[in-house]
Amino acid sequence: MAAKLRSYGRGLAPLLWRRGLSNASSSTMIQQQQQQQSGKSMNLYSAINQALHIVLETDPRAYVFGEDVSFGGVFRCTTGLVDRFGKNRVFNTPLCEQGIVGFGIGLAAMGNRAIAEIQFADYIYPAFDQIVNEAAKFRYRSGNQFNCGGLTIRAPYGAVEHGGHYHSQSPEAFFCHVPGIKVVIPRSPREAKGLLLSCIRDPNPVVFFEPKLLYRKAVEEVPEDDYMLPLSEAEVIREGSDITLVGWGAQLSIMEQACIDAEKDGISCELIDLKTLIPWDKETVETSVRKTGRLLISHEAPVTGGFGAEISASIVERCFLRLEAPVARVCGLDTPFPLVFEPFYVPNKNKILDAIKSTVNY
Amino acid sequence: MALCFAKSRNIVHRISKLGTLGLLRSSPSLPASSARDFKNPIHGALCICSARRFQSTDTKQFLDFPGGKVPFTPEMRFISESAEERIPCYRVLDDNSQLIMHGNFGQVSPEVAVKIYTDMVTLQIMDKIFYEAQRQGRISFYLTTIGEEAINIASAAALTIDDLVVPQYREPGVLLWRGFSLQEFADQCFSNKSDGCKGRQMPIHYGSREHNYFTVASTIGSQLPHAVGAAYSMKMDGKDACAVTYFGDGGSSEGDFHAALNFAAVMEAPVIFICRNNGWAISTPTSDQFRSDGIVVRGRAYGVRSIRVDGNDALAMYGAVRAAREMAISEHRPILIEALTYRVGHHSTSDDSTKYRPIDEIEWWRKARDPVTRFGKWIQSNGWWNGETELELRSRVRNQILNAVQKAEKVDKPSVSELFTDVYDVLPSNLCEQDELLRRTIKRHPQDYPKDVPL
Ligand SMILES: Cc1ncc(C[n+]2csc(CCOP(=O)(O)OP(=O)(O)O)c2C)c(N)n1
Ligand SMILES: [Mg+2]
Repeated sequence: MAAKLRSYGRGLAPLLWRRGLSNASSSTMIQQQQQQQSGKSMNLYSAINQALHIVLETDPRAYVFGEDVSFGGVFRCTTGLVDRFGKNRVFNTPLCEQGIVGFGIGLAAMGNRAIAEIQFADYIYPAFDQIVNEAAKFRYRSGNQFNCGGLTIRAPYGAVEHGGHYHSQSPEAFFCHVPGIKVVIPRSPREAKGLLLSCIRDPNPVVFFEPKLLYRKAVEEVPEDDYMLPLSEAEVIREGSDITLVGWGAQLSIMEQACIDAEKDGISCELIDLKTLIPWDKETVETSVRKTGRLLISHEAPVTGGFGAEISASIVERCFLRLEAPVARVCGLDTPFPLVFEPFYVPNKNKILDAIKSTVNY
Repeated sequence: MALCFAKSRNIVHRISKLGTLGLLRSSPSLPASSARDFKNPIHGALCICSARRFQSTDTKQFLDFPGGKVPFTPEMRFISESAEERIPCYRVLDDNSQLIMHGNFGQVSPEVAVKIYTDMVTLQIMDKIFYEAQRQGRISFYLTTIGEEAINIASAAALTIDDLVVPQYREPGVLLWRGFSLQEFADQCFSNKSDGCKGRQMPIHYGSREHNYFTVASTIGSQLPHAVGAAYSMKMDGKDACAVTYFGDGGSSEGDFHAALNFAAVMEAPVIFICRNNGWAISTPTSDQFRSDGIVVRGRAYGVRSIRVDGNDALAMYGAVRAAREMAISEHRPILIEALTYRVGHHSTSDDSTKYRPIDEIEWWRKARDPVTRFGKWIQSNGWWNGETELELRSRVRNQILNAVQKAEKVDKPSVSELFTDVYDVLPSNLCEQDELLRRTIKRHPQDYPKDVPL
């Protein structure tokens, strides 16, 4: 399995590269070329770790904290940070998510970069009130006298094949319903580093969900320097003409496999990585759907009330007359995340492939 | 509060001089703890005047305040953040397994003592074999209770089956004591169709209605308020039973812990909170978790009676939980027990604790403070146990567990329909649809799905 995903990591890199050549503006092309040259092969948790190193190095007012952060974190993302930056800037917190986020809001409100780790996205709920009622409204309710824009909440999310109810969830949609925060999810090591640096430096509170399945499994070339990838900009990572697929995070690798299989059947798929879920890049998706006339969205979270519903509604509003088939959603089932039934629960490649075919043949 | 002020003679005296008695008397309908009173400028003035008066005359004056008389003092004294001495730890058996003279503990019968011991040994052997099974890739996850056997088993021994157990996750010994079979443990860890929780949760997330033991959730601290609500129900139903909930030093930091203690005190709920202070929450030492003298001192802050116990002394645990149960039920009150212990194993199979704590420390607790050895020596010295029974027990239990594992491994997983049941009491239409769709998908792509999950 590890080998399989590692090969995905490598496999995706050339695809990203192709996109760089075909669609990116010339300056980003050059940037990407440089990145490609100076890059070092690394996995996703190392890329996160590198971003945190850079932020602590470049900003003396940056802090990294959360449960078990001092020894490197249960996923090793904070490895070496205490030794390098000291325990006043990198520290363990008591086991209390509402405390972690509430503390982070106060820290951020004083002009700091508060980088809070929630050990698993499944455990973000005790902090829900602090995120929804406090962080998200801090600027608005004070007429912009105060803000906690320096707050970034990192949390590993998603299926890992043996996580059961409480180590598998994808809670992104809850947070997409909250004006005032941003939600960002990277798909690969290079993306993770550049997007995390952007999130941390963005003047708004951000929830950054990390695909924990990919922490070790996804490996690709990651530039060693300090670079940022834009928020609220989706990316076409595979071009096609028959159907548009939209996803984010770990799900993209599954979707990509479906695209490759569909191609063998003569269906040309365009695959978009949304990256930022709110505020999201409708234009890129709309442009693509105007071209293909069909849309499929896939995410691991339960289909009902998932962010796919929002994308679907928006695109139907904008492209109703151009659509040649109903928008398809291939998502998690409307059940808690189940341990033994995980293979049945998840939106796997063939579920996506079937939906691609039925949408194209509608 | 107005009424309370009026009740205090000295204060009434002051107030009459200020000419506000009429005001206070005329407002008896104000709620006792009306927030308005705190803002009343007259009361502010009153405090200052009172202080001046106390200075010149009598310092032995009290404020009648909700909750009882509060003495005034002219001394500005902050309460220290810590007591001079730490709260002592109750124990009955010393390190050499000798009964400490003059100690008070509930007598334990030879039968109960031997069962406490055999269950502790069983728990240890089960942990060893299941841990190995995980290392061999036969189960996906495991978490041991090593070092905390006495807390598990002796607390369970002090309860009755009518007492509801609301666990964290490191208390499988309570279930073992109650008769959850080794096969049932194995079935849960292998997520097979005999698992009462239908294979939906990770290994070690046991639960059993038959054994009056709520199902474990991975979420830390969330069980604590549940125990209070359940205890309240038991009180309302006039049951001769209480709720007992377990949690760790880490769990005591969650908001739910504070909510639970406060609710329990206010609702006068018969609930026992047993904290396993084992020094670590994954890699986080208690010094990063709290700066109080452990958990026991939190009890008083919430008005909850509390005791600190040597968690590696089975007799002390047994005695303390028995006494706690008696008080909880007969006096309708919560009790907090802080058991001092050590997590001898790694946090779980996902953890390597040598990365963050010294091996010497682990070894000291494992060898010098092993609760099972300590208790075993005591029952041997009483003539209730010997080398022969020990050998027989260990080989019998080992075989039973190995058999249970082998059997559990061969049993099919629960059927796919169990994916959709129990989300609600009955299947709503969206799940019926998804069930149908899934079955069609499986037919088209059988190779995508595990063979040991029947359709
Ligand atoms: C709400 C929540 N946050 C974080 C976690 C991750 N986590 C699992 S166990 C654990 C440490 C618990 O320590 P403690 O309560 O002392 O129990 P112990 O493992 O020592 O028995 C943490 C942080 C969780 N399960 N739930
Ligand atoms: Mg602990």
